[in-house]
Amino acid sequence: MPNRISASFKDHKVFAGYITVGDGDSVAIAKALIQGGVNMLELGVPFSDPVADGPVIQRAAQRALENHTTLFDVLEVAKKIRADSSIPLVLFGYFNPFLHADPAAWLPQAKSSGIDGILVVDLPYEEGKNFYRTCLAHDILPIPVITPVTSTSRLKIITRYAKGFLYYANHKGTTGVRSGLPADFSEKIAAIQSATHLPILAGFGISGHKDAQEILKHADGFVVGSFFMKALEDGASLKELTQIARGFLEERI
Amino acid sequence: MNFLIAKNNYYDKFGGIFVPEILMPALQQLIADWKYYRRSAAFKAQFKKSLSEFAGRPTPLTEIPRFAEAVKGPRIFLKREDLLHTGAHKINNALGQCLLAKLSGKKRVIAETGAGQHGVATAAACAHLGLPCEVYMGAVDMQRQALNVQRMTLFGAKVISVNNGTQTLKDAVNEALRDWSASFEETYYCLGSALGPHPYPEMVASFQAVIGKETKAQCLKQLGGLPHQVVACIGGGSNAIGIFSAFIDQPSVELIGVEAGGKGNKPGEHAARFFADDVGVLHGCYTYLLQNADGQIMPTHSISAGLDYPAIGPQHAALFAAKRATYVAANDQEALAALKLLAETEGILCALESAHAVAHVMKIAHELPKENIVIINLSGRGDKDLGTIIEKS
Repeated sequence: MPNRISASFKDHKVFAGYITVGDGDSVAIAKALIQGGVNMLELGVPFSDPVADGPVIQRAAQRALENHTTLFDVLEVAKKIRADSSIPLVLFGYFNPFLHADPAAWLPQAKSSGIDGILVVDLPYEEGKNFYRTCLAHDILPIPVITPVTSTSRLKIITRYAKGFLYYANHKGTTGVRSGLPADFSEKIAAIQSATHLPILAGFGISGHKDAQEILKHADGFVVGSFFMKALEDGASLKELTQIARGFLEERI
Repeated sequence: MNFLIAKNNYYDKFGGIFVPEILMPALQQLIADWKYYRRSAAFKAQFKKSLSEFAGRPTPLTEIPRFAEAVKGPRIFLKREDLLHTGAHKINNALGQCLLAKLSGKKRVIAETGAGQHGVATAAACAHLGLPCEVYMGAVDMQRQALNVQRMTLFGAKVISVNNGTQTLKDAVNEALRDWSASFEETYYCLGSALGPHPYPEMVASFQAVIGKETKAQCLKQLGGLPHQVVACIGGGSNAIGIFSAFIDQPSVELIGVEAGGKGNKPGEHAARFFADDVGVLHGCYTYLLQNADGQIMPTHSISAGLDYPAIGPQHAALFAAKRATYVAANDQEALAALKLLAETEGILCALESAHAVAHVMKIAHELPKENIVIINLSGRGDKDLGTIIEKS
């Protein structure tokens, strides 16, 4: 069976949603997002020291840890989502919890829970060779991050080991809602496209329909994370969350 | 093997560059700059000049006979880093890195601080070199070390309160890394200890190596030989690697690092990383650290903010694994008692961090042969700790 990620980009543009698992009822939140048009999910594994995240996801991770959420709890959530959805599921987290749980032991369980890919925020390819090889051996695709300051030579090396898609971070700095895309967004995407055939999913700072549609003109999909987590933190109901997700696809007046 | 210079970014299996992709170009640039400036005659000359004329090097090696008598020990000497400008060894590193920042054209310097000593040192170095400076400090530490916050402000630095997580050193590092990931093109991140991603451990150890070089020369000149034991407290590990550096290839010299035993052996009550004997990745490097069963980083406790950190520098991890250095712990009470005894017997008020090294010597002194020479790296002075000392007495 081909990996769900590769199949997904062949069929349609991707609208990915990120959630920090363990902050609220993650299975219900995931279903609400799927109902709102999200067709790929990034399942955030909470970490005590999330250096790449802005305040919204930091707070979500802190709450998830107060709820004692572990990597294995995240896999349980994946399994429950997988029970009635076939969208790609990508694990998203920091290296230490992945390393500490012994990859050879939990990766098979991740695969059988329906995980298709993994993005490790603080594991550049130089350090990740063994780990990413082990992931691939279990048909869990390692997803690399490309940034506005990634050089062409580095991009070429990264795309050599990358599978599935590239995650393009629109902005420098941490995750979080911002207003608007950088002026050179389309040029950056074009430069990446000239170096690889892999699909590009753009994330970081996307705050609404306008950003999303602008991204889709150039890239193969977009990710929304902090915007959803902020809405939930501010008390949005699941029904409202579905509406918020739909808003990224349909223009509102 | 070389415990001071990384081979392919590692010391044995410890170290590496575990950072978000956004920081990779910044670190690659830093590696290139460091490689260039460490060999630059102009850099070395300016660094040396600042160390002697601004920081006050060389620092003396002081014998403490009345303390030695009180603990029934052999000859004990202190390497007086407490006498440096700003009150601790931290200024050696801050001057080296801020000079690197200036020469490589950076317009702004950021730093994290725990006890405030590295923040004060960086603020002073930046004022000395004419660079704007911002320091991240945990809200809890800002309370514990209010005077240091004032000192940084007087030196023209902006102190930014960190209210996340445990509100201590590790959270200040997180916040500095977040700042740097958005600002690295114009901003230099001045990391305060021999840890973090490569090339920081190598750079910091290199700037602190002056402690070891001076100590060794002073031993040979004043005492006619090498010491038997060299003892240093160890938070991230910069003062310890600094003094160890000159003695690593002298197998007769015993190297002892003293971690914070805190108030107990339970998780969260101490910062004794080697005691837990567990490895992982935090703040860019693979090393010994304190974590729970799920790989989450543990909160730590120590009476001294400067030792209150869950991970240890990779060079010490390699020294430990190779059994070239030994690592022990002293607890809060032992450190406090050592600080008082040193003050009473010798008229020297050391920092609570350094008091951990003094405390270990108190414990072992009576077992050592009388002809032994013990060197304690007195990494800082205790003025900043008066509040804590009075409160705990």
